[in-house]
Amino acid sequence: MKAKIHITLKSGVLDPQGKAVEHALAALGFGGVDSVRQGKYIEVDLAESNPETARSKIDAMCRQLLANTVIENYAFDLVE
Amino acid sequence: MKSAVIVFPGSNCDRDVAVALEQVSGRAPLMVWHNDTEVPPVDFIVLPGGFSFGDYLRAGAMAAHSPIMRSVKERAAGGTLVLGICNGFQVLCEAGLLPGVLMHNSGLRFVCRDVHIRVDNDRTAFTGRYGKGDVIRVPVAHNEGNYFSDSETVDRLESEGRVVFRYCSPDGKVDDASNPNGSRAAIAGIVNEQGNVLGMMPHPERVSEPRLGGTDGRPLFESVMAVLS
Repeated sequence: MKAKIHITLKSGVLDPQGKAVEHALAALGFGGVDSVRQGKYIEVDLAESNPETARSKIDAMCRQLLANTVIENYAFDLVE
Repeated sequence: MKSAVIVFPGSNCDRDVAVALEQVSGRAPLMVWHNDTEVPPVDFIVLPGGFSFGDYLRAGAMAAHSPIMRSVKERAAGGTLVLGICNGFQVLCEAGLLPGVLMHNSGLRFVCRDVHIRVDNDRTAFTGRYGKGDVIRVPVAHNEGNYFSDSETVDRLESEGRVVFRYCSPDGKVDDASNPNGSRAAIAGIVNEQGNVLGMMPHPERVSEPRLGGTDGRPLFESVMAVLS
């Protein structure tokens, strides 16, 4: 079972990298970009067939290490 | 004063701190490897600067979960003085020993230069040899030094006098131009609630003897020495 985890900055937390990408897109002539936020994508392969157990394991991994919940939110999907 | 320096893979200021500690206390600190599980009995623990674990995931995130950190947390809870400098500050935040997080510098650049910081609390174990309002010149060298925590936490740090160092102009004014990384409330260093754990981004060990170009950081180590002896 694989977890596809997205980690994003909480709204209200300044994202200077996202801002820089936004400016670069504008410099390339892409109009109509309202804002860019940059985050992380992590895949974790789990030797676990019970989706419920997998979900609670991944949740604990996110809280304890993968995300810093002071500034980041996380969300994940499980795929077979 | 018996002290220990925790060494992580990628630490690069461990020996600088060791020299400063030995000069001030006359006794070389123990160098403790991150995979050890027990900090030997010491009065003072330093987490040095560097790029522990290559700053993978987030600066300090991996080191915060090193085997030795369980022991560091126990000692901190027991009142042992703990100082985290630069990457050490990031590790202390990631380990939950200090509130908040050090984010990417707002200017998106690695900042490596001397800055001025103001001593806003001279009653800690780390700042007794300074005076309140003293402005000292200390180098910073970091990519993630932008202190962030929610407004409630920052207000609490302020009201409890836990902002120990603040970026300022040479004459002690706190303004945007003197803030090298975008830190909230120009925070350069904070202590925990009990006052025995200090995290700071500037490097006092790099200005601890005249031949390094300055001595403004030396009183920090002397303060600790004075408290412990």
